[in-house]
Amino acid sequence: MATAQPGLWKRHELFEKNSILLIIGILIVVAIGGLIEIVPLFYLKSTIERVQGMRPYTPLELAGRNVYVREGCYLCHSQMIRPMRDEVERYGHFSLAAESMYDHPFQWGSKRTGPDLARVGAKYSDEWHRDHLRDPRSVVPTSIMPSYLWLDRELDANLIQGDLRANRAVGVPYTDEMIASARADLLAQASPDGVGADAFSKRYPNAAARDFDGDPKRVTEMDALVAYLQMLGTLVDFKLYEGAAKDNLR
Amino acid sequence: MAEIQPTKYMTEGEGGLLLAFGLGLLLCIAAAAGAQDAPFAFHAYLSGAACVGAMALIMRRYGARGSEPAPQAIGAKPNYNLGPIKFAAVASMVWGIAGFSVGCLIAFQLWAPSLNFGIEYTSFGRLRPLHTSAVIFAFGGNVLIATSLYVVQRTCRVRLAGDLAPWFVVLGYNFFIVIAATGYLLGVTHGKEYAEPEWYADIWLTIVWVTYLLVFLATIWKRKEPHIFVANWFYLAFIVTIAMLHVVNNLAMPVSVFGSKSYPIFAGVQDALVQWWYGHNAVGFFLTAGFLAIMYYFIPKRAERPVYSYRLSIIHFWALIFMYIWAGPHHLHYTALPDWAQTLGMTFSIMLWMPSWGGMINGLMTLSGAWDKLRTDPILRLMVVSLAFYGMATFEGPLMSIKAVNSLSHYTDWTIGHVHSGALGWVAYISFGALYCLVPWLWNRREVYSLKLVDWHFWVSTLGIVLYITSMWVAGIMQGLMWRAYNALGFLEYSFVETVEAMQPYYLVRALGGVLFLIGALIMAYNLAMTILGYEAKEEEPAVERPGFAPALAPAE
Repeated sequence: MATAQPGLWKRHELFEKNSILLIIGILIVVAIGGLIEIVPLFYLKSTIERVQGMRPYTPLELAGRNVYVREGCYLCHSQMIRPMRDEVERYGHFSLAAESMYDHPFQWGSKRTGPDLARVGAKYSDEWHRDHLRDPRSVVPTSIMPSYLWLDRELDANLIQGDLRANRAVGVPYTDEMIASARADLLAQASPDGVGADAFSKRYPNAAARDFDGDPKRVTEMDALVAYLQMLGTLVDFKLYEGAAKDNLR
Repeated sequence: MAEIQPTKYMTEGEGGLLLAFGLGLLLCIAAAAGAQDAPFAFHAYLSGAACVGAMALIMRRYGARGSEPAPQAIGAKPNYNLGPIKFAAVASMVWGIAGFSVGCLIAFQLWAPSLNFGIEYTSFGRLRPLHTSAVIFAFGGNVLIATSLYVVQRTCRVRLAGDLAPWFVVLGYNFFIVIAATGYLLGVTHGKEYAEPEWYADIWLTIVWVTYLLVFLATIWKRKEPHIFVANWFYLAFIVTIAMLHVVNNLAMPVSVFGSKSYPIFAGVQDALVQWWYGHNAVGFFLTAGFLAIMYYFIPKRAERPVYSYRLSIIHFWALIFMYIWAGPHHLHYTALPDWAQTLGMTFSIMLWMPSWGGMINGLMTLSGAWDKLRTDPILRLMVVSLAFYGMATFEGPLMSIKAVNSLSHYTDWTIGHVHSGALGWVAYISFGALYCLVPWLWNRREVYSLKLVDWHFWVSTLGIVLYITSMWVAGIMQGLMWRAYNALGFLEYSFVETVEAMQPYYLVRALGGVLFLIGALIMAYNLAMTILGYEAKEEEPAVERPGFAPALAPAE
């Protein structure tokens, strides 16, 4: 490669002979695109709008979501319905930015080896979910989903207060009261006849409380995961939400 | 004559590192004692053991070495530091085979779900990050570290900067991989694709990575050449940008300093774009810029021709790194990300075609006057074919980033096929070519053990790639069309599970393609092991020179 270059090309020697200038040049060049695309998302209305019905996850749902993340469900299931006719008919109303506003991390996914789950909540019974998770082929004979036989173990919820606290630290509006009673709320949601059920439904008015895993004696990972799956996409009432409203057109 | 032995002192590096690892050990003991979950305790023990191991290694080296530091040059020749590079080269082979094997397993799991075995440690969701991390970061990362530390020494004509620092980088990086990989199996994950390692692994990687940058830079500062060679621009861009992406995308709030779980600071749409800004540029800078650096050194070396165009390398370098960063939103077409961001991402992705092909052309044209070597040199052929795959993948990428195309291809296996045409065809092939060159150089051998085996590797794995990407094209496009198909009455034609059923034969073909690729890699591992051990195969004539084909004469220049 010739090193003696005429004219403007010679100016490039500035970078080739000075590693610090080269690094500064690289940093400036690679910073621009990200700054222009990402920073506005923290300010634009369409990405930070609040939509009626959105609430933080209950402690049990959050624990279920953590199981969902742990098992890598996002690698085969998306949670992002695109506004195409077939998707809206197959899965329901297209997903809004606001619907994942409390999702740390987001779980939109990139692959549909299995169907989208953004609005799977309340479409199947708890029993169906349990059977499906334990042995998918017992309810969908040609499914290729793994069997999740280990979810029937006791849910380890010792750190649930810490989970809520960490979520608050990154912006989820949990109150002091919610954090203090996180463990009680977790138990109350899975066993609604016990003590604390009223206090729970006061704190999380729209959350369903029931025995999700069919085993009233224990609170299992199955309880948590089914509770999470059953609330997915159910928070925003699309009879009230006006997608065509002027504010929502973008 | 009595030799005067100067007193042996411990260097600042040895002493400082001993102290650091001693403190690290205490930290690990405290972490293990307070651990809130089993995986965290396991990682604390593992890290403690690593600290002890590191201290033992430092002491052993101190005991074994002479009193003087390693000389910078022996005679007129720089005293190149090859030890850490040898380690990384061997590690890349080992991790490569591990990563390809897990890839084959999960490919078969999609064909036969019973292969998940019903236990958590072998279920698809945990093995898939293991596969992606093992091939990208463990195999690819070790190739990048090995080649970059080799190339920067040769092109600057100086010994690598730092005494223990290069070893710290290589061993520290591989330890990061052990932590990440065991974490995935135990269910420790961030839940963000290609950025799955949890907060403590991320912090460790940051320390290692900054040391890597410093070793690389400090070697450049010592250089005996006035100009920084083009491969080093690409390596620098790769190291610096990966640092930026890694730190921003992994910002997270741990639940407890004694627990493995953390929550990313961004949520929803912001988290999505930060993630794909990271994710796409892991492709752009880890899997492209870094491997283009390999191309810029190893292809001219092997072809014994200068880089085709200096000016093209300048233009495509700056254009490539500028445009790649913008392309992330094409992973989020038609999602809740604002339209303007999607359109920007699409526009830059299409423009990216040009600098990508600039690199391909610069590499291919380097063979001007040496094309005959493709017939006789299977190693050069591997690298040239890698450029062909690079060209194909960087054409397909912009195509798939067009919103109309993406509406069909997104969420399907077409994407998986596209990724693998780049990963197997480009990244792995240029890596294989580089390793076939590098191993004989490092161990001072004339050539690899057997060029005939290289030829076998090439054809077996090429067949594997072809099976892989063609089956995924057909399967992905079919899947996308089935999802959107309507019957005459205006209803959706297929239920979701019918589309899953239709995928089965293609999943099998894909898995078999993967097996062929794995077999090719095993042939390579054998070949390289024999090279390292110093054998030379008795081949009657160079592998592909057939009777009647005299070696082409060099063109009259």
